[in-house]
Amino acid sequence: MTIARTVDDACAALAERPDALLLAGGTDLMVGVNRGQVRFDDVVVLDRVDELRGWRREGDELVLGAGLTYAEMVRGEIPTLVPALAQAARTVGSPQIRNAGTLGGNVATSSPAGDTLPVLTALDATIDLRSSQDTRQLPISRFVTGVKQNALEPGELIEAVRVPVLDGPQEFLKVGTRNAMVISVVSLALVVDRSGRNVRVGLGTVSPVPLRAVEAEAHVGGCIDWDTGSVPDTADVDRFAALVAGAARPIDDHRGTAAYRSHAVGVLARRALLRAFPGSAP
Amino acid sequence: MSTDPYVLRVNGGDHQVPDAYLGESLLWVLRERLGLPGSKNACEEGECGSCSVQVDGELVCSCLVLAAAAVGREITTIEGIAPGGGLADVQRAFVEAGAVQCGFCTPGLLMAVDTLLDDLPDDGSDPDDLTVREAISGNLCRCTGYGRILEAVSIAADIRRGGRT
Amino acid sequence: MTDTRIEQRAPRIGESAPRPDGIPKVDGSFTFSSDLWHDRMLWGGTLRSPHPSARIRSIDIGPAVAVAGVYAVLTATDVPGNPDYGLEHVDQPVLATDVVRYEGEPVAIVAADHPEAVRLALDAIVVDYELTAPLVDPGKAESSDPIHPDGNLIRRIHLSHGDQDVVGEVVVEGTYEVGMQDQAFLGPESGLAVPAEDGGVDLFIATQWLHGDRDQVAACLGIEPDLVRLTLAGVGGAFGAREDLSLHVHLCLLALYTRRPVKMVYSREESFHGHVHRHPARMWYRHHADRAGNLVRVEARLLLDGGAYASSSSAVIANATCFAAGPYRIPSADIEGVVVRTNNPPCGAMRGFGAVQTCIGHEAQMDRLATALGTDPVELRMQNVLAPGDRLLTGQVITGTAPVAEVLGTCADHPSAATLPSDPMSLPGGAGRTTDPEHVRRGEAVALGFKNLLFSEGFDDYSSAICRLEDGIATVTCACAEVGQGFVTLAQQITREVLGVDDVVLAPASTATVGSAGSTSASRQTWMSGGAVQAACEEVRTTLLTRIAAEHGVDPDELVLADGRVMSLACGLEIDLAEATAEPVESEVEFHHAPTSALDENGQGDAHVSFAFSAHRAIVDVDRDLGLVKVVELTTSQDVGRVLNPLQAVGQLEGGAAQGVGLAVMEEVQVLDGRIRNASFTDYLVPTALDMPPVEIAALVEEPEPGAPFGAKGIGESPSITSTAAVVAAIRAATDLDLTHVPVRPTDIALAEA
Repeated sequence: MTIARTVDDACAALAERPDALLLAGGTDLMVGVNRGQVRFDDVVVLDRVDELRGWRREGDELVLGAGLTYAEMVRGEIPTLVPALAQAARTVGSPQIRNAGTLGGNVATSSPAGDTLPVLTALDATIDLRSSQDTRQLPISRFVTGVKQNALEPGELIEAVRVPVLDGPQEFLKVGTRNAMVISVVSLALVVDRSGRNVRVGLGTVSPVPLRAVEAEAHVGGCIDWDTGSVPDTADVDRFAALVAGAARPIDDHRGTAAYRSHAVGVLARRALLRAFPGSAP
Repeated sequence: MSTDPYVLRVNGGDHQVPDAYLGESLLWVLRERLGLPGSKNACEEGECGSCSVQVDGELVCSCLVLAAAAVGREITTIEGIAPGGGLADVQRAFVEAGAVQCGFCTPGLLMAVDTLLDDLPDDGSDPDDLTVREAISGNLCRCTGYGRILEAVSIAADIRRGGRT
Repeated sequence: MTDTRIEQRAPRIGESAPRPDGIPKVDGSFTFSSDLWHDRMLWGGTLRSPHPSARIRSIDIGPAVAVAGVYAVLTATDVPGNPDYGLEHVDQPVLATDVVRYEGEPVAIVAADHPEAVRLALDAIVVDYELTAPLVDPGKAESSDPIHPDGNLIRRIHLSHGDQDVVGEVVVEGTYEVGMQDQAFLGPESGLAVPAEDGGVDLFIATQWLHGDRDQVAACLGIEPDLVRLTLAGVGGAFGAREDLSLHVHLCLLALYTRRPVKMVYSREESFHGHVHRHPARMWYRHHADRAGNLVRVEARLLLDGGAYASSSSAVIANATCFAAGPYRIPSADIEGVVVRTNNPPCGAMRGFGAVQTCIGHEAQMDRLATALGTDPVELRMQNVLAPGDRLLTGQVITGTAPVAEVLGTCADHPSAATLPSDPMSLPGGAGRTTDPEHVRRGEAVALGFKNLLFSEGFDDYSSAICRLEDGIATVTCACAEVGQGFVTLAQQITREVLGVDDVVLAPASTATVGSAGSTSASRQTWMSGGAVQAACEEVRTTLLTRIAAEHGVDPDELVLADGRVMSLACGLEIDLAEATAEPVESEVEFHHAPTSALDENGQGDAHVSFAFSAHRAIVDVDRDLGLVKVVELTTSQDVGRVLNPLQAVGQLEGGAAQGVGLAVMEEVQVLDGRIRNASFTDYLVPTALDMPPVEIAALVEEPEPGAPFGAKGIGESPSITSTAAVVAAIRAATDLDLTHVPVRPTDIALAEA
């Protein structure tokens, strides 16, 4: 077992012992360990690597350390700079989970229900990966490859997540069947880029990997009156919601039915759009 | 599979943990190796809060902390929140308010409320109802319906501000 | 608001006494059953069937025995006594023999020196199953091949009351479904068994009924009951789920086999498989009324899914049937109650015990009837409420108190404190920010219900208590299982009240020191064990005063016991109680309630001792498009007989309502093809502090109940009975939807045909 102090430490340990588990906040991994479903002989502990903590601004980009906790995403300037990320972080688990769980962990777990993933998807986030040999970057869309599957190679760890700082409103909405501490049934992130004059939508829990509603984005992008910040025609709002719902490829499971998820994601899309463009015809 | 011996700092004292299985959670080590069973084991998946402890002042679920990875941290459990020999303000408030029934959620809730009150703003205002509810939303209680717990938080906040002793 | 301030002096009856176990529960020193520890202790574990229905061809324990650190691997052939156990019907195997009948049925048990070794050993046991098609539809149980030698029908009750030819001028019909609820107590099943020198075993366990467990455990171990000594360990909630055995026999088998203490603690997932749940119900109702709104007849068909084993299903269906139509005056009824066996998880006791499901049905019917009549739903109820002297559907005349009109009226008329939500967190969807104020529709509704107190149908129910008064200190011994409800507080209050002492010591609850207290269920312990403690204390008082009167040549009737002294106002005699009881006085009593009778072939008979009534009003906000609900406020009135401890009474009302809110909007054990899909707290959701509204107590209606100690009725179950029905009705009011499935799921609202 290695309690790493630097990213180099961690990468060196991983290079030597590529089968070692990576442990950050523990909020996913330890559930499996407690159930006896995850057994391991070696672990590299990341929660004391200062380089992975915190975040910094580089131009129009935020570099969010993989060790940034959900609680940290809700505090300080992040709610202003990346509002949807803060909104998503606040819906994760409980205060206890938000104190421990990390952005890097959410990305690495790559669950369809991972709450930050729709936001990162809408923002076209970039994942900074590092090993003892190399660094590389992957867009979130190529990083997550399936249900709890991703492109992380043996010996590699997530160092940071890069997201743009956009000029425009952002919305994250998540349906659960409880008012707190609940896994997503369906979620949606909508971000507006005024300077790029586009709207981007990430969907959660409606497909094996987080999804962009590209058709809906393309449609609504052409309907917005950017001067007044509104979607003048109600039919376009309806069309947007329908396209988002149509983009979803949900399944039936114990948390919700596919039919409900498709319906709900359309409702969330409409509401997110109307919040982002409050002058719109409802 | 077993670890090298390690030392955990719990409630201000150092505790040796010899020859443990690597996968043991902090909760398990506290309860079964260190004789500190006050932290409770209701779900062991981070969904009930009954194992809540403070690690370096942060409220976390001890069931989701790998014990061997907590070396060097300051761990505070329910056994460590009272000043010598007595009860902490939150503990007194829970008894007084009738916030305790079966008591299984109580230690975890006390840790959550203690953390909340530690983090109160300095302006002397009490936390509002929604703030309190969100702060304890990770602690399930199946007996009380939370009514008396909210009352206890209000009493404890009052005590901590010096409103009463 | 009820005055719940705690008295500073040792409180008596009617005052808010603090719990004697309060301080150890807040400082972490209280020992729950999962906290037990013993030198040389081994860990136990259970191998469970992954299949709801299968034949066992063979079990190979060899690989498990070979795992390092393993001390025992036992199967059904190692059960020395009765292979089966059961609360009412002995039909459930200690360990499966040739078949498994539900997912999670115990097949083998292991003891080892570390939980990880236990897990490895359980993984190493090889069971060869031949899968068989599970019977999962309770509607097909009676026409399917029996899945158990006792057959698939557990009990059918046909209640026929009054003139069967009555037809109402207004008739409403409805079909309702209630899902399977889990008690979800927080303290998982756990215990410690210690083998004894005498060949017996000491079992420290969280349970609702020590003596009931002891008798079943002893029969399975094949030893005398005296050799099985059960002591209550700290109980982390119960709510019915600890009335049946779970790991009791397994622990004792492992301890006796290994000659080592053995501890076992279920995981949360295992707990979902390891105890009975609330019965899922399918209910069809037809209510008949005249045009003036008087109920004239109710017909109902109730089908409960008992799961694989009987547990307390027979009693649950009796309750469901007897209380099927609610606390209303109804001259004619035809109710059929059926509970069947399936390959679904076994169901049994949970708070409210059959009356929860039917309250959902009869209250939905009352609302439909009000709509059909064009009348106000509260007025319709008020017009039909039961009163003392009325007959129930069982023909039994209510001889005790029945302040139903007052319960309903105070609740319905209570002013609401509910405001419109301002913070998004208090809207439906909460932290998920799904809902804006304009998406919300508010609904309000009232539900009324009732249930029996104590055991019914001729069961000779009793509780035992010993009171010993020595050196001015009273020691009370009673095997009543304290599960959080606060009996320990009441026992002290009752003793102080009767004996005028401050110092009351409660001895541990154990089968070794006192007779049975019966089960902590059926809202019965305040009455039964409270009654036993009261009677024991009164006998001690009488004996003491008689002795002192004789010693001092005074009339015993002149003597009083108060404030730690024996006094005579007539002659000025005053003796310190400590001095008076240097020679101790002790009394042991067995307290029985009034006898009841069985139900006859028409479901008629004086089957019940007493009844408790409650009402809830719910106000909810509903996001119709997403089907999300926020319960904004609950208001309740309850018939309590007399309040013995206001603080604890409030705690019962709030806590019971929370379980009702859970059942209304989120709690359902989802079973598909006999398998539980959500056996975790990640997916079986119970209300958090952000889901539970404030509970306004409009009235604790105090009409002392004849025969009950201090006139107090049991209060634990009522809050769970009417709260669910009220919340669901309020959601109907907000949405104009029928919503016949409980819990109401988001899809039921969002995708409903308008």
